[in-house]
Amino acid sequence: MTSGWISPLKLRQLGILGMNRRNIGYIGRYNPRDRYPLVDNKLKTKVIAQKARLHVPELLHVVETQHEIEAIEHQLKDLDEFVIKPAQGSGGRGILVIVGRDGEHYVKSSGTHLTIHDIKRHVSNTLSGLHSLGGRPDVVIIEGLVKVSPYFSNISYEGVPDIRLIVFKGYPVMGMMRLATHASDGKANLHQGAVGVGVDIATGRSVAAVKNNQLVTHHPDTGVSLQNLQVPDWHNMLVLAARCYEVTGLGYLGCDIVIDATKGPLLLELNARPGLSIQIANNQGLVPRLRHVEQLEDYYQTVEDRVAHAIATFQAFPDNPLPELATHPAEVFS
Amino acid sequence: MTQRGPLMFLVTLLVVAGLGTALYRYDTYRIPLLPGAQQTVWQVEARVEYLAQGGATQALLTLPPDQSGFRVISESGASSGFGFDVSTRGTQRQAHWTKRSAQGEQTLFYKLDLVKDPGYEVLPDSPMPPETPVWDEPYQTAALQVLQSALPISADARSLARQLARDMTLARSNQNINLLLDRYQPPELMTTLLNAAGVSARMVQVLELEDGRRRQGLRDFVQFWQDDEWHLLDPSGAEADPSRLLLWQTTTPSVLEVLGGSRSRVTFSMISQSRPAGTLANETAPGFAISLYSLPIAEQGMFKLIMLLPVGALVVALMRILVGIKTSGTFMPVLIALAFLQTELLPGLTSFILVVAMGLVIRSYLSALNLLLVARIATLVVLVIGIITLFSIVSYHLGLMGGLTITFFPMIILAWTIERMSITWEEEGPKEVLIQGGGSLLVATLAFLVMDLAVVRHLAFNFPELHLCLLAVILMLGRYTGYRVMELRRFAVFKR
Repeated sequence: MTSGWISPLKLRQLGILGMNRRNIGYIGRYNPRDRYPLVDNKLKTKVIAQKARLHVPELLHVVETQHEIEAIEHQLKDLDEFVIKPAQGSGGRGILVIVGRDGEHYVKSSGTHLTIHDIKRHVSNTLSGLHSLGGRPDVVIIEGLVKVSPYFSNISYEGVPDIRLIVFKGYPVMGMMRLATHASDGKANLHQGAVGVGVDIATGRSVAAVKNNQLVTHHPDTGVSLQNLQVPDWHNMLVLAARCYEVTGLGYLGCDIVIDATKGPLLLELNARPGLSIQIANNQGLVPRLRHVEQLEDYYQTVEDRVAHAIATFQAFPDNPLPELATHPAEVFS
Repeated sequence: MTQRGPLMFLVTLLVVAGLGTALYRYDTYRIPLLPGAQQTVWQVEARVEYLAQGGATQALLTLPPDQSGFRVISESGASSGFGFDVSTRGTQRQAHWTKRSAQGEQTLFYKLDLVKDPGYEVLPDSPMPPETPVWDEPYQTAALQVLQSALPISADARSLARQLARDMTLARSNQNINLLLDRYQPPELMTTLLNAAGVSARMVQVLELEDGRRRQGLRDFVQFWQDDEWHLLDPSGAEADPSRLLLWQTTTPSVLEVLGGSRSRVTFSMISQSRPAGTLANETAPGFAISLYSLPIAEQGMFKLIMLLPVGALVVALMRILVGIKTSGTFMPVLIALAFLQTELLPGLTSFILVVAMGLVIRSYLSALNLLLVARIATLVVLVIGIITLFSIVSYHLGLMGGLTITFFPMIILAWTIERMSITWEEEGPKEVLIQGGGSLLVATLAFLVMDLAVVRHLAFNFPELHLCLLAVILMLGRYTGYRVMELRRFAVFKR
């Protein structure tokens, strides 16, 4: 993996956010516990997002109990493409992507053919908690398939690349594009071997790329250069992410956004405990940016204002970098 | 940050309460801080024998007073058919046996367990001002002359007593002393002479403690008062070793009084034992103290294990918060470590790995069956029990008795571990299983090593209040915002 160790003093100087500080100083402090179900349950996320008119992948059906399973045969009859998800799955578990039909069969993204009975069993397993955390009974959501924007289809190995934005108190503070690799089995999770590409908040341009905590310059499978990528529709994406703050009431939030070829940025899911690797992908620590937002006194009221402030402030290649924050004495305990 | 004050207050409170209680109990009950500290216990048995004459009978035996240097652990007066009780007359305690009618040879026992404790202090009973003795002639003159020769060459009570003792043992040629010794016994003479010189002194009876002695009698000693305490003096002039002398009787003239009987006598037997001090404290700590000793022995054994759990939890918290080791199931390592305590480390590790490995193999077949979660776990529980049974039988027939201890593993936990690892394997690959499984075993081993330390076991059980301090540490850990050791590696990429 990585070579050697880094001193904690150096990390502190760089403003790298560590797990303990994230948990106590940000998640514990800014994320009210009662809001967690909103993001841990994708169905609830989708419902509140739709109420707030945030763009999300279209919700086609919901299966809540085992006896509703029989109905899905009828519900799916006219659908060519859809995604079956557990509402409380994590890490991409239990997601079934159907990309087409072959007569009576449903075709998975990998090309495998499934019968309606295979799909019913998958739904039944999901309902009984096979894919949810702790084996809790779950709800199945069936939603429309996101069509990969052609811009991305040649970058990512398989699956849909998504963009993770850390939104702190409504300000998008750091962004990263996650590309599935062969090693990550089509999943866009960094710890499973996906590539993370840091994205400049100001411009939407790629900053650096990381795989397995190591810097990389090219996608390991597609060989595409990961330098000088430009995320399309970047400003809309920032606005979408920033609005999630009002919708959820969570101060420290990870927004996962995909770009649909026709509909533009869609909110895929939200995360109340976003990971820390985004710092590696951006070659930048989160702490100075988080501190900056914490120290803002004139709270910008509108989403647009917050986004504008973020764009002006969180530049990866700044003409005038963030002012040095007052160095705090070694705060080991909060 | 903001709420640091209340936490720090709580932490301080816990530490003070924990340490304070522990120190108090250490100070009061002498519960040793370290395991295996040995203390010498003297078991003294007084045997009273007399011939009862038929009617009502009672025996009064003077008992040793509470005294510095010796702590009484227990005493009992076992004698069938007799009523027994201990009464206090002045500073002197007495054992009192009573019976309505008794005939013939009677034997009464009084047993006393003492522990030698140089730190044990009892305030001495202050002396009466010495009475000027009344002598008959010619003893008056002889005594005055003895004192006149001894007083000028002595400085205080001690040196005077020494001088007199020397005169009485060595200077047989001294006519005055010889005259006095014809009339008085040496202890009595010594006491009277000291009193005549204005020194408070008294005759006492002591028991010389010597391991394995039987049928001993009490010896007459002289005690004189100096520097606010009593000093023992062997009237024969030999050096007295106070740590081996148990003061038995100080005031009443006779040690044993028998009513309704004759030919009474009392003899003493004693043995010394070295016992771990812990077992002694068990016997002395009173019921109201926060003490696990009051529980039946079987429950105490259980609590010896339960009290180790917080230690294991602390190890887990340290390893996860400070180091950042991934484990499969947060506190699963503690339960595994608890099982290791029963199995010993190597057999435990081996059998754990074997069971989990076999379980994973079978579980991979179960995944193909596509079972519902609860049914799958239930299947695994049955399978784990099957594996453990098989393992025990095979190892027994191979003559490996260590294999039998595998039953100490918590089987439900094993089933869940297998399930979780299997899911991890399917979703995140074998590497992650190795990381989490290795992490769990590493933490379990560390927790075992800490929980297995004799000091830790001793403190956890004998000073349960120290868990408050442990809780304080855990609370502090809960607010630790520094980097984890593993993050120093994870973020090493920033080193450039």
